[in-house]
Amino acid sequence: MTANNSSLPTGRPRVLFEKVWEEHVVAEDPGSPALLYVDLHLVHEVTSPQAFAGLRARALRVRRPDKTIATVDHSIPTHDRSLPITDALAAKQIAQLEDNCREFGIPLYDGTSDRQGIVHVIGPEQGLTQPGMTIVCGDSHTATHGAFGALAFGVGTTEVEHVLATQCLLQRKPKTCSVRIEGLMPPGVSSKDIILALIAKMGVGGGTGHVFEYTGSAIRGLSMEARMTICNMSIEAGARAGLIAPDDMTFEYLAGRPFAPRGAAWDAALARWRRLPSDEGATHDKQVTLNASALEPMITYGTNPGMGMPVTGHVPDPASLPDPGQRRALEKALAYMSLTPGQALLGKPIDVVFIGSCTNGRITDLRQAAQVLRGRKVAPGVRVLVVPGSHRVKAQAEAEHLDAVFKDAGCEWREPGCSMCIAMNGDHLLPGQYAVSTSNRNFEGRQGPGGRTFLASPLTAAAAAVTGVVADVRTLADTQVRPYEA
Amino acid sequence: MMEPFRTFTGRVIALPMDNIDTDQIIPARFLKTTDKAGLGASLFADWRYDADGRPRPDFVLNRPEAQGAQVLLAGDNFGCGSSREHAPWALAGFGFRAVVSTSFADIFRNNALKNGLLPIIVDGEAHRRLLDSLAREPQAEVTVDLAAQTLKLPGGVEVSFPIDGFARDCLLEGVDELGYLFQRHSQIAAYEARVPDAVRTL
Repeated sequence: MTANNSSLPTGRPRVLFEKVWEEHVVAEDPGSPALLYVDLHLVHEVTSPQAFAGLRARALRVRRPDKTIATVDHSIPTHDRSLPITDALAAKQIAQLEDNCREFGIPLYDGTSDRQGIVHVIGPEQGLTQPGMTIVCGDSHTATHGAFGALAFGVGTTEVEHVLATQCLLQRKPKTCSVRIEGLMPPGVSSKDIILALIAKMGVGGGTGHVFEYTGSAIRGLSMEARMTICNMSIEAGARAGLIAPDDMTFEYLAGRPFAPRGAAWDAALARWRRLPSDEGATHDKQVTLNASALEPMITYGTNPGMGMPVTGHVPDPASLPDPGQRRALEKALAYMSLTPGQALLGKPIDVVFIGSCTNGRITDLRQAAQVLRGRKVAPGVRVLVVPGSHRVKAQAEAEHLDAVFKDAGCEWREPGCSMCIAMNGDHLLPGQYAVSTSNRNFEGRQGPGGRTFLASPLTAAAAAVTGVVADVRTLADTQVRPYEA
Repeated sequence: MMEPFRTFTGRVIALPMDNIDTDQIIPARFLKTTDKAGLGASLFADWRYDADGRPRPDFVLNRPEAQGAQVLLAGDNFGCGSSREHAPWALAGFGFRAVVSTSFADIFRNNALKNGLLPIIVDGEAHRRLLDSLAREPQAEVTVDLAAQTLKLPGGVEVSFPIDGFARDCLLEGVDELGYLFQRHSQIAAYEARVPDAVRTL
């Protein structure tokens, strides 16, 4: 790594996060939070209506509609888009976003646009997400965009209003935590397993107050989409943002995308981006390490993403936890999941498989699931939804005939959206049902009231689809499970 | 302008589990609203009501002492999960003015502060002490003094709590941050003149 200290007056080595942060501080009064400039504001239908109402109430305009982009993802049905939206509340929310974007001049990828998709899928695929940028959205999975070396984090609706009105946010500088992941992932293990293992190790509050920087040989070997899966779930460890230093993989991914710079602007951007990686000697406030080569496919057993274990593991015993708050939480989780301490999950019958979301709804995720499903049938009685993260992902999958693989196996091939990850759009579990899901949250009721979620990778989800039970993809006959960059 | 945050004395409801997430505080199906108001009725909906919408008598918010309670005592890492500001809107809508815990998730804490809902961080000992008091006396009251940054427990013991000074002053004066941001208009304009656009969506 080359040190970049020479360009700095102080010569103090800085980490990636500090470089992005300092570039974006507009002002900082003593004792007050910094005024941080936002390069890109992503907007969706669920967390924006009250912010636009606030603007209207104060007769304010959107300061930079040209740094704002909106789409519909949470509430939108994933059935045939030519059909009307039957949920009156969802229809109203979507219509309101359309009205707001029209009134305030914000570009919108609506339900009929071929650029529509989950906001954290379309930002990167359109080339809007670029290294060194600050990106916010009223959505905690904004952390996804950190895979490009952008400082990207979720904000509440009041802050959405602040950004719409001023393009700025008041922020205290968070601490940083380096997450070093070394080693080569064994066959059957993917980036989803890395992040589930990390959250199981750190707990869902382990990253609170910190911004992660993922480093190490395992991260360097990952594709951009796999990196996005990891950064996406930083918030599930409590970290608002998770960054990865940009490298040639990043630049190759970005080159030629619709909003990526071109010509001389590309060369200038590249020179700028190459200065972003943490300087030699720069330090983080905290360090965590994980050995990727020792990982197995992961699965969650409880009701938060930190309650995870190798798919071959056994459900832990609340009695083994010394802390009463943790004990109560695990007892309640196991009661909700109807699981007993010591129970193995392998072989546990499941009802639904969901493949999609901003965590695992990209083309490499679909390729992995298709690899397992190709030539196989979904187990009797199991419902499998495959929901591409965007129209672009859907078109690519169809160009590769992956849709045929899914449909031949007996899966439902749907239109893009958040779908059963958050169950706001009509796609949901029934009370008591078990799902293996490639999404990011297994909270009680997350995928529908009374629904029970096992979080896992696309490979593990596909293995459950064809066996009808929680399964270890490595043991499926005739499946060549190879190590993935994904 | 918001209502300035004044010292108050109120009853406490305990939900002492760790990692209570925002999907529990306000389940996603209630996020289809386009208003802030009216979410208090859906606070903790899946714990509070059965599948037919009837209140579950064993859930703490349905007990008589919950009516009029102004403080929620929760376990560690309260408000983890999503960025939905509907969570503090629902808590405030129910009538809570403060949540006491040993820690809060970052986004929830920010959102709460912007809605006059005070996230009070105490250490494990104060947390246990308050929980014990409530076990003995469910009607016990605490006093929250934001200016002094103190929480007076039942029995009179006072513990101090940390809070961001800027957020405290905004709450005490009932000032919202947007006004502060607007005062920096010329600095924002100067920044935009100096730094080229990273990307343009139009």
